[in-house]
Amino acid sequence: MHSILQRGNAILAYTLSVLACLTFVCFASTVLLNYRTHADLNTVKVVVKNVPDYSASREKNDLGFLTFDLHTDLSHLFNWNLFLYLTAEYETANNKLNQVVLWDKIILRGENAVLDFKNMNTKYYFWDDGNGLKGNNNITLTLSWNIIPNAGLLPNIFAHGSHSFQFPVDYTTSRMVRLN
Amino acid sequence: MDIASLFDDVKRMNKRQFLYQVLSFGMIVSSALMIWKGLMVVTGSESPIVVVLSGSMEPAFHRGDLLFLTNYPDEPVRVGEIVVFKVEGRDIPIVHRVLKLHERENGTVKFLTKGDNNSVDDRGLYAPGQLWLTKRDVVGRARGFLPYVGMVTILMNEYPKFKLSVLGCLGFYVLVHRE
Repeated sequence: MHSILQRGNAILAYTLSVLACLTFVCFASTVLLNYRTHADLNTVKVVVKNVPDYSASREKNDLGFLTFDLHTDLSHLFNWNLFLYLTAEYETANNKLNQVVLWDKIILRGENAVLDFKNMNTKYYFWDDGNGLKGNNNITLTLSWNIIPNAGLLPNIFAHGSHSFQFPVDYTTSRMVRLN
Repeated sequence: MDIASLFDDVKRMNKRQFLYQVLSFGMIVSSALMIWKGLMVVTGSESPIVVVLSGSMEPAFHRGDLLFLTNYPDEPVRVGEIVVFKVEGRDIPIVHRVLKLHERENGTVKFLTKGDNNSVDDRGLYAPGQLWLTKRDVVGRARGFLPYVGMVTILMNEYPKFKLSVLGCLGFYVLVHRE
């Protein structure tokens, strides 16, 4: 006859292999999906200041402020959790590539995934690593997302459509600019 | 089950058979080690599989989730990626997302990270005076995700007695039972 140990072992092994199979099917059923879609981006208000960055080097760095419009419909493309982020990408004399995340949002499954923001403030400060924002005429805003599946790969995907803008050639000195 | 019957198999073995059992036990241990080292070669990461230990990346990763990492030198770090990095003076690597990145002409990169569930960036977690991470600090980049499986490791690390008893039982079982 089979002992309790053998029975327990069999049950545990069977449960684990069924779970592993299910997880694999879960992964396989989503691995080939196309997660790209369009996003409309626009900047509304853009100013740049030159102020000491107390969070880093304490030197005077360029600090950009902007508000943006964002319209996109992500509801048809995801069934998992999404991590959305808006990146500003640009080139300066100091650095060949700068990427700064200005805003992000977590969308859980079941939540509203049709986004329509008007005149949104950024979530993070747009600090440059030096003084490369003033008069910079090619800053590209892109929306991307990182898909967090039940199990499987963690792809980072760019939206179709980006928006390029330039910063003014003069620093703003007024204290009226706020970032909420 | 009778305890004495556990040893029945052993009693019936001669010296050679017992030695064979010990060898097959050694085989299991060494193949586990080989798989780990092999993964290190394939992924280029010094620690290809990590367990998430904190809730700082919730709701993406919870405590006990398993992450598969790669760390290929020619693959650039980009904003939005989840990196696992080591900080001087901390034993446990941290899993957080890249928030800002500046890359120079000669390819040197510095970047800042933040946990999804934290309200501020990671400058407070870095070594005193450290403002940026560089490629040297990176252990790997998260590529794959498996939920809950790492809970076993967490249990074992938090209750060393549990770990010892599980390992002891498994070792005992392998030694005592004949294939």
